[in-house]
Amino acid sequence: MQVAKESPGTPTSPPLDQSLPRWLRPAWRTVAAVWRPARPYAFAAWRPVQRYGEYVLAAATVVTVLAAVWMAFKYAPTDALQGDVQRIEYFHVALAWIAFLAFFVVFLASVAYLWRRDERWDWIARAAAEVGTVFTTLVLITGSLWGHIIWGTWWAWDARLTTTLILWFIYVGYLLLRSYTGRSESGARAAAVLGIIGFVDVPIDYLSVTWWRTLHPSYQVPLGQTAQAPASVVSTLLVAVLAFTLLFTFLMLLVYRMQRAQSVAQRLRARVELE
Amino acid sequence: MMNDTRAFWQQTFAIIWKDLRCELRARQVWVSMAMFAVLVLVVFNFAFDLRVDNVAAVGPGALWIAFVFASMLGLGRTMAAEQEHGSLDRLLLCPVDRKALYLAKLLGNLIFIGVVEVIAVPVFAAIYSLPILTGMIVPIVLLGTLGVAAVGTLFSAVAANTRAREVLLPLLVFPLIVPVVIGAVKASQALVSPVPNDPPWIGLLIAFDVIFLSISAITFPYVIEE
Repeated sequence: MQVAKESPGTPTSPPLDQSLPRWLRPAWRTVAAVWRPARPYAFAAWRPVQRYGEYVLAAATVVTVLAAVWMAFKYAPTDALQGDVQRIEYFHVALAWIAFLAFFVVFLASVAYLWRRDERWDWIARAAAEVGTVFTTLVLITGSLWGHIIWGTWWAWDARLTTTLILWFIYVGYLLLRSYTGRSESGARAAAVLGIIGFVDVPIDYLSVTWWRTLHPSYQVPLGQTAQAPASVVSTLLVAVLAFTLLFTFLMLLVYRMQRAQSVAQRLRARVELE
Repeated sequence: MMNDTRAFWQQTFAIIWKDLRCELRARQVWVSMAMFAVLVLVVFNFAFDLRVDNVAAVGPGALWIAFVFASMLGLGRTMAAEQEHGSLDRLLLCPVDRKALYLAKLLGNLIFIGVVEVIAVPVFAAIYSLPILTGMIVPIVLLGTLGVAAVGTLFSAVAANTRAREVLLPLLVFPLIVPVVIGAVKASQALVSPVPNDPPWIGLLIAFDVIFLSISAITFPYVIEE
């Protein structure tokens, strides 16, 4: 009786694999995995993404960030009114966009966590909150620098600035809450509640602050993103937004992984202490 | 269905009555909250060097700062006291609807803060000599307090579970209630010196109260679940 070389459970690689040149094989394996997943219910395409996706993402981030820096300083024209100072807009606006995206992610992940009770959603929420808080801090700093030169003041209580500042306070509170409650399930639930309420609060906040300031003179800011903005300005802004989106995704991935590692480590420690 | 509703309100009032009796016997919170609110009003008087020409601009803000600070004292106590005596676990073991628990704690907090406000508003009107004691002050104070208490009750339960509850509660609640503070201060200011074309501040307060009452009531069970 002949003993089978492979146990019946392991998926056999397609015969074509062996006949292909060595450098083409990973690509073929990816295609084959998507085409014929070994386990039909686990989407097999994830495996190569998990393995190489990070490097692709890192490379794409480096390339687009460098491109955005080059475009902001060399490619985009100098603003007629503000001069070179206006170039900070490309970073400021892109950062602001990602900061709001981050808190939307926190909101969605918090809802998903309370609904599904899967701790991975909690890690996502926490990762997005951490990176989002850093980005919001940078938004406030770049805006303050820009305002110092253009408006002649470091800070103005206009609706957008005030709302961003309050948003920052809410999410610093979120991170404080997380550090006070530690890595507990009740802490994760409380943080998810804050993640939801904090996000719902932002539009009401914006409305109230706008009303609050309607009777006061508002600053006229030539933002350079009116309809007449030249195509080079718009494309630079788009590349900057893309660059920061990729950077945000990459940082989130790293923080997510750290969250997972810390959770696993804590669980192991608890088990060792029990035994 | 009818019985469910009756049981819900019975549970709610039983918890409120328990908290009220505790407070009436111990008198820990009410006296200190009221003293604190009045003290804040007095300190503001020195801090801004109030005179006839600037009191109308600063006064309503001082009143609401006093209310919000005093509320934090009371809000922090309600859940922390339960936690310290270990009675929260027993309360959760009872077949009580979690929403009834939230509503009871919220109404209890409203009564606590309301008593303080009944004392503080006349004192404010007297020492700031502002014509604020009109009929309109009642809905403004009520709506503003409801907004603060709706968020505050939820986060007092969150903070009670942590090590640093006294510090954490205002850090979490203050940024969230900014719309309430703006709305309430502006509405009170309109009583003292009416502004033409004022935005509908009362409407903002109502909208905030409705939204945050519903979200807090929905999410409260997640916070206290063990």
